[in-house]
Amino acid sequence: MMTVDAPPVRPQTRGARLARRAFLVRELGIALALGLLVAVTFAVNPRFLSAQNIKDLLLGSTILAILAVGQAIVVITRNVDLSVGSILGLSAFATGALFVAAPGTPIAVMLLAGVALGAVLGAVNGGLIATAKVPALVVTLGTLYVFRGLDYMWATGRQINAADMPPGFLRMGTDTVLGMPVLALFAAAVLIAVGYYLRHYRGGRELYAIGSDPAAARLSGIPAGRRVFAAFVASGALAGLAGVLHAARFGTIDANAGLGSELNVVAAVVVGGVAIFGGSGSVYGAALGAVLLTTIRAALPVLGISPFWQGAAVGALILAAIGLDRALSARVARSLRERNVTHV
Amino acid sequence: MPPLLTLDGLSKSFGAVAALQDVRLELFGGEAHALVGENGAGKSTLVKILAGVYPPDAGTITLDGQPLSLSGPADARSAGIAVIYQEPTLFPDLSVAENIFIGRQPLRSLRRIDLAKMRARAAELFARLGVRLDPDRPARGLSIADQQLVEIAKAISLEARVLVMDEPTAALSGVEVERLFAVTRALRDAGAAVLFISHRFDEVFALCQRITVMRDGRRVSTGVTQSLTVDAVVRQMVGREVSAMFDKQPAAIGEPRLEVRGLTRHGVFADIGFTVHSGEIVALAGLVGAGRSEVIRAIFGIDRRDAGEVLVDGAALPNADTAAAIKAGIALVPEDRRQQGLVMELSVERNATLPRRWALTRAGLLFPGAESRAAATWAQRLQVKAARLTDPVATLSGGNQQKVVLAKWLATAPRVLIVDEPTRGIDVGTKAEVHRLLSTLAADGVAVLMVSSELPEVLGMADRVLVMHEGRLTADIPRARAGEEAVMLAATGQAAAA
Amino acid sequence: MSDRAIRARGALGSWSAVMLVALVAVAVVGSLTIDGVASPRFWRFVTLEAIPIALIALPMTLIVITGEIDLSVASVLGLTCTVVGQLWVWGVSSLPALIAISLLMGAVLGAVNGLFVTGFGLPSLAVTIGTLALYRGLAYVVLGDRAVANYPVAWTTSAIKPLPGTTIPWVILVVAALAVIFAVVLHATPIGRGLYAMGNNAEAARFAGVNVRQAKFWLFVASGAMSALAGVFWTLRFASARADNGTGLELAVVAAVLLGGVSIFGGRGALLGVLASVCLLGVLRNALQLAYVPENTLTVITGSLLIASVVGPNVVGMLRERLRRRRSNAPTVSPSS
Repeated sequence: MMTVDAPPVRPQTRGARLARRAFLVRELGIALALGLLVAVTFAVNPRFLSAQNIKDLLLGSTILAILAVGQAIVVITRNVDLSVGSILGLSAFATGALFVAAPGTPIAVMLLAGVALGAVLGAVNGGLIATAKVPALVVTLGTLYVFRGLDYMWATGRQINAADMPPGFLRMGTDTVLGMPVLALFAAAVLIAVGYYLRHYRGGRELYAIGSDPAAARLSGIPAGRRVFAAFVASGALAGLAGVLHAARFGTIDANAGLGSELNVVAAVVVGGVAIFGGSGSVYGAALGAVLLTTIRAALPVLGISPFWQGAAVGALILAAIGLDRALSARVARSLRERNVTHV
Repeated sequence: MPPLLTLDGLSKSFGAVAALQDVRLELFGGEAHALVGENGAGKSTLVKILAGVYPPDAGTITLDGQPLSLSGPADARSAGIAVIYQEPTLFPDLSVAENIFIGRQPLRSLRRIDLAKMRARAAELFARLGVRLDPDRPARGLSIADQQLVEIAKAISLEARVLVMDEPTAALSGVEVERLFAVTRALRDAGAAVLFISHRFDEVFALCQRITVMRDGRRVSTGVTQSLTVDAVVRQMVGREVSAMFDKQPAAIGEPRLEVRGLTRHGVFADIGFTVHSGEIVALAGLVGAGRSEVIRAIFGIDRRDAGEVLVDGAALPNADTAAAIKAGIALVPEDRRQQGLVMELSVERNATLPRRWALTRAGLLFPGAESRAAATWAQRLQVKAARLTDPVATLSGGNQQKVVLAKWLATAPRVLIVDEPTRGIDVGTKAEVHRLLSTLAADGVAVLMVSSELPEVLGMADRVLVMHEGRLTADIPRARAGEEAVMLAATGQAAAA
Repeated sequence: MSDRAIRARGALGSWSAVMLVALVAVAVVGSLTIDGVASPRFWRFVTLEAIPIALIALPMTLIVITGEIDLSVASVLGLTCTVVGQLWVWGVSSLPALIAISLLMGAVLGAVNGLFVTGFGLPSLAVTIGTLALYRGLAYVVLGDRAVANYPVAWTTSAIKPLPGTTIPWVILVVAALAVIFAVVLHATPIGRGLYAMGNNAEAARFAGVNVRQAKFWLFVASGAMSALAGVFWTLRFASARADNGTGLELAVVAAVLLGGVSIFGGRGALLGVLASVCLLGVLRNALQLAYVPENTLTVITGSLLIASVVGPNVVGMLRERLRRRRSNAPTVSPSS
């Protein structure tokens, strides 16, 4: 067999360690910022960490976190899905409408129906993007309008109230299991499942490969079209799920559910360290980003800051997050270059 | 012995252009086979068909006597055909190990990726190649040579029976080329067929048993290397006799034109100082990665310099200001034509007039026709072959693209012309034209600074050879004393003491 | 955009021409079939609605052609509204001064975007999502949920005063003048050549002496200033400054720019097409409203048009390619096979 002279392999170089650390630093950094924010707020007002308030925080983060996980899948492939807010709206209204039409529908069926509706809408996005080869930003900006318009047409100004939905369903929106809100458990399950898939399955790794270098992905025989399509279906399905949970949590649905949330979701993903040009980041980071954004909103009033500062604080956070991320990756890149001369 | 792989009657056209016509090629196991031809001869199209990227319009591919139909890169890979492209195609965000095994990662239960096994197998591959690369490090930041090695590891891990290498050595240094060849010979001796595409004849003759020459999308000949000479191959490539390659005219060396003093960019190069006079051609030699391109980028103001100064005709240039450098009379023909030299989607005329678009204005405005007229003059003078000057420059052949780059800069009437690998990847005929042009320019009083990795070009063209090694200038050799040995010693850092 | 789409768009003739023809067709068909579209009042409304969008779309077109995007424009507009309102409350009673302050503030807000994008090398999509939140947030900081509405009648009428003898507001002249300036810069100056070059390949543009950073920085500044100008108009037209003025307008502007034929990847597009698409969307929306088509149908139509504008040329290109291949293959497929 062919063997050229073989010097010993040092499996751990500084560059690799640093790169791995960078991965950790990203997620840890957000967790740390979150911890700091909670600690400061708690110090100012201990009631911030009351059981009820924690529950509210988790509940408040749930829907944004689920949307952020879906968005992260898409952003990792160097695409973007601006239609998630509209998909959520349609799915939420569909949930209400289905309960009105068939009051006895089991909750599980309802969840599946929401996911299926979202998946179909996501398939519309993915189909246009993968087969007609058109940019995702344009297509999903278009479907943002189309899906929302369909929502309005369907709702025709109607509002579906809590009274139209079964109490069991609404209870799901507020109940807790071992102190954890049921809705947050949904989000956690989604997060862990998606996170595990992206790390440990070929399909997941290929999503990163596509985002990292689309041309190379094609030359490597990765079915990029199919994978990107699947990413949009997943993002749509999660937005559909979020729509059902939205209905359970708020009890009142009109055609405006989730209106304008798309940029919030992208913001959560970006704050969570997912590179907007694909290839790196994780869904854990994206979910943390969602929790952080929600917590800031909750913490400001507690800290005695006018709630009118919320938006500005969120904006500043986004800028800080992408700025820090750039500084960090620049350092990693430099150290990787220095370690370059490795072969004999 | 029957051939391992047979291509027969292969044709492919793009629009009206026939890129391949009725090409036949046989590859035997245990053979390294060279494919040579000028740019635009159809080599890259052939490679892309073998890789499964393009479907052929007509013709058959037979592997081991079985007809092979490739509907995508995945098909080619599973048939045992591995392709190493001119520019490596790695995923910068993925680890090196994942890059090797993407889509074929070893699995454990529940179809999960077996990370430990993947890492171990990558480490094993690198050990076999004799390189020290951490399988866990991301591909981002790897040098071109290391990236090429990862590609080779990928090819080996595929247990490829047919290995196609499209100009793999273009960016490699001598040592790296040697290593690549050692690996390739080992693969070949283990029974694989290697299709080797290169513009470097020394490599072709050193590595390959047979040589196939292509011209204008057709196969011209296939012959055994031992019975061929470089001259014969070149003649077949261009279809005519080639005049003397380095036709250097005598030029009067005049005043200093470009002066570089103490130029430094931390971690890249340090304390670079030299002068190029009017009428002089100075070559900047060195191995890839020695920092040559970086030096000229800093001179031209693309990158910021941390210390030092650059003077043109005695006047200092501001730091990191390309527009000022152009105004002072510097022109830079960059190394990477497609990424740096041209805006491929823009028309020939827009490209040709981009650097002096301000000079073509009247009252600050560009009136219709101003650019076309200016471009037409230069396109004619350099004999650029283009259907229409309003066509995107991407539709031109490599040699003609390089002429557009030259036209674009010569039109600015430069006093200092910097050329970075001016003849890389262009055909033999155009090469000679480029050399003649540089020589004429020098004779007209232009100061020419030429970065080149091709020693014959350096020795044939330069009045003086500057050599860089690891970011420092290690030698300044006048033409009379410049020889292959002297330059190589300085380039590898061994003459620094002398 | 893919090569194929580029070629297909070329084959459809200039996209700007397609947009202009569509605009004329919609106007003519609308006038003939819908009561009121032919009336001067209708065109007054269309113009009033199109003015702020057009003002923002001018710099946005140039920004997208360089391969960047500015999503903070509507927030700059909103922040300008609140600042104008607050300054009026504090007693600044000179309209020219208010306009000057607004323009300056818009330029500074745009410069912040530009600094993040060109100075720190961050992707504009992410940066301007951040400043979208930040600037809108600052608007709430300025006015909270209050509204300032008690402007002098002279101001509010000055913004919408018609040109003599018509119903068209005179501000359209300002927009037209600005449009000419932007069009000349983009299509007939070395600056514009540089913008197209950097949108296609920033690296090659730099090697040709184009100062990519500087150009992009000033485009973001221009975008901020123009959005602020749109904000002043908005405040006066509706005689109301609120923190949520113009929420979501950024996507409407981007939609108009993309429908107008500008490639989201940069390097391609023309200002005429964008202006035509701004008008087309305005006429369509108002005409359908007159025809009692509900607002939500219009939303669906806007979205569908946007998708069709990118999918259509691509599909046409694919079909053509397939047809061509079939034709060219026909003779080479030998009967022996």
